[in-house]
Amino acid sequence: MFQPSDFDSAAIRARAAQFRSQVARRLDGSLTEDEFKPLRLMNGLYLQLHAYMLRVAIPYGTISARQMRQLAKIADAWDRGYGHFTTRQNIQFNWPKLVDVPDMIDALADVGMHAIQTSGNAIRNTTTDAFAGASADEIADPRPYAELIRQWSTDHPEFQFLPRKFKIAINGARADRAAIRAHDVGLQLVERDGEIGFQVFVGGGLGRTPMIGKELRDFLPASDLLPYLESIVAAWNLAGRRDNKYKARIKITVHELGIEAFSDLVEAEFPARRAAFKGADQAILADLKAQFAPPALPSRESASFETALNVDALLRDWAARSVSPHHNPDYAVVTISLKEHGAPPGDATSDQMRLLADLAERYGQSELRISHEQNVILPHVAKADLPALFESLRKGGLATANIGLTSDIIACPGMDYCALATARSIPLAQQIATHFRDLGLESEIGTLKIKISGCINACGHHHLGHIGILGLDRAGVENYQITLGGDATETMALGERAGPGFAYTEVIPALERLLRAYLDLRQSQSESFLDALRRLGPEPFKDALYQEAQRHAAQ
Amino acid sequence: MSKKFTPGVISANDLREGHVVYMNDAGQWVLRLKDAAFLDDPVIAEMWLNIANAQTEKVVGAYLAPATLGPNGPEPAHFREAFRATGPSIELPGI
Ligand code: HEM
Ligand code: SF4
Repeated sequence: MFQPSDFDSAAIRARAAQFRSQVARRLDGSLTEDEFKPLRLMNGLYLQLHAYMLRVAIPYGTISARQMRQLAKIADAWDRGYGHFTTRQNIQFNWPKLVDVPDMIDALADVGMHAIQTSGNAIRNTTTDAFAGASADEIADPRPYAELIRQWSTDHPEFQFLPRKFKIAINGARADRAAIRAHDVGLQLVERDGEIGFQVFVGGGLGRTPMIGKELRDFLPASDLLPYLESIVAAWNLAGRRDNKYKARIKITVHELGIEAFSDLVEAEFPARRAAFKGADQAILADLKAQFAPPALPSRESASFETALNVDALLRDWAARSVSPHHNPDYAVVTISLKEHGAPPGDATSDQMRLLADLAERYGQSELRISHEQNVILPHVAKADLPALFESLRKGGLATANIGLTSDIIACPGMDYCALATARSIPLAQQIATHFRDLGLESEIGTLKIKISGCINACGHHHLGHIGILGLDRAGVENYQITLGGDATETMALGERAGPGFAYTEVIPALERLLRAYLDLRQSQSESFLDALRRLGPEPFKDALYQEAQRHAAQ
Repeated sequence: MSKKFTPGVISANDLREGHVVYMNDAGQWVLRLKDAAFLDDPVIAEMWLNIANAQTEKVVGAYLAPATLGPNGPEPAHFREAFRATGPSIELPGI
């Protein structure tokens, strides 16, 4: 598995020591808050509604058992015994005290982790498909490229004063599990005539102006990645707007200039930058590829698993949701749900983190992944070990068989934590999950992606939900806007607003009407909500949502 | 003042620990909203806010949080302030 270099470890240590002294100077009064705020944000430390929040990077969602155990320790020692895994493959601690944060950062550095560039106008943590290096449908592992980008972008001298944050996502499989076109730059690994390269998208993003990334290159040779990325960031760094924070993201630059004109700017930068790279990056990449090489997986029989499936219905239900094909037929990729019905999506207690670490060591090559859908993945589990793994997960309350179903909801922290929120998200997610379970409709409804954000910043990806929910403040009351038809995959689409918003207590009944209408309208059980919506258009679904409201209005 | 004045209390987050605090009649930082000084005079509110903002060694992000005066002291005038006063509306994991 990949290990940070000594240089990186030293840099992380140096940064930790630097931040310790900055905190000390803040506490003794030599720094004002105005002076300190940019420094703490550079180190992932936010101030939320009730407390500070420390955001820790989990680069490309890959984390070792040892690191996971350290996160559990940090949660116990300096937080309230849990952490929140986010759609950006980070973990957030919700209750750190400023006085303790330097110790937390040291504890992270002990296992090669940090909170650098998890906030602020920086090139952020590059996200990838959480099945990277394991899935059967992979073209190439995106992580060596993600790590190359991390090394290139960290403290890049030219990009210390970017107009705004910059997010890159890379997907290496045929199925897009990284929502690449919702990022400033989205990279899809492709193969052409035996050569590996990237299809490059630019200008995607959510927030108040959601946009789907546009294709900038249909094939970029992999060896040109860094100079080309540098050209993109440089073009935006010069042309991007700095007069208005809401227009500063690259999606606005691309939108205002048009993709052709933006492409011209990039191509104008490219030749000189390409010449300047001189191949040093390719040497590093070769080394990274070796480090990310898949673990040696001994061959194992898988017949016992098939037998167990036939006799154990619970295992069968769980496996149907949680087990995905591995490139090695004796193995499987396992998705562990952090969406127990009624629990806050993406939260894990320190006990659960330790269990995950233990199970990764016992059954999964000591490796774990965090998915952008806020679940945890064991990428390399022998099929023969699945029954035992399932038993352990069950004992630890981590065997919820709901991956891809109604209750597998993405939700941002919303007003239960976030200072920017206009409404709550978590309790809605909790109620949706338990409501449809109690109705017994969850497996009937089948594949459904519900995504909830507590404000227009869209951290919960609501635009990309088959059903999106956006919490707003309407004259001092929580109000929820519903969007229909979003899609986070390779067929990416932005959901369309269905109509007027719903009060907090009206959301669940509205969703029930909507989903019952879907069950009536679908052609067969295999037609998903999204497929039915695409076939029929939104009208019949809007009718269901607003039926009751219209009746009230007519009275 | 450019914005229409809304009565309220001075609130902030504690610098060292991050928790929510309110300013009482004696200018001290206290934990409970009902113990906060209720400010319904714009001039006095502005004065207190300036005092609070000067205490950068104790608190972060002082502002005038909308409140009304109830029988037992100030009460939140907006749901955001209600959540700030009582903490997350959800059960926290593992506690
Ligand atoms: C609680 C503290 C948080 C704050 C203050 C915060 C702030 C923001 C802001 C201001 C934006 C809008 C950026 C823009 O449009 O230029 C944003 C976008 C975003 N945030 Fe957060 N966020 C927080 C938590 C989270 C969490 C928990 C997640 C993951 C679950 C997350 C993931 C994202 C994502 C995916 C976007 C996408 C929109 C985009 O970049 O186009 N954030 N955040
Ligand atoms: S969407 Fe809004 S409420 Fe939710 S985490 Fe992002 S900034 Fe906070």
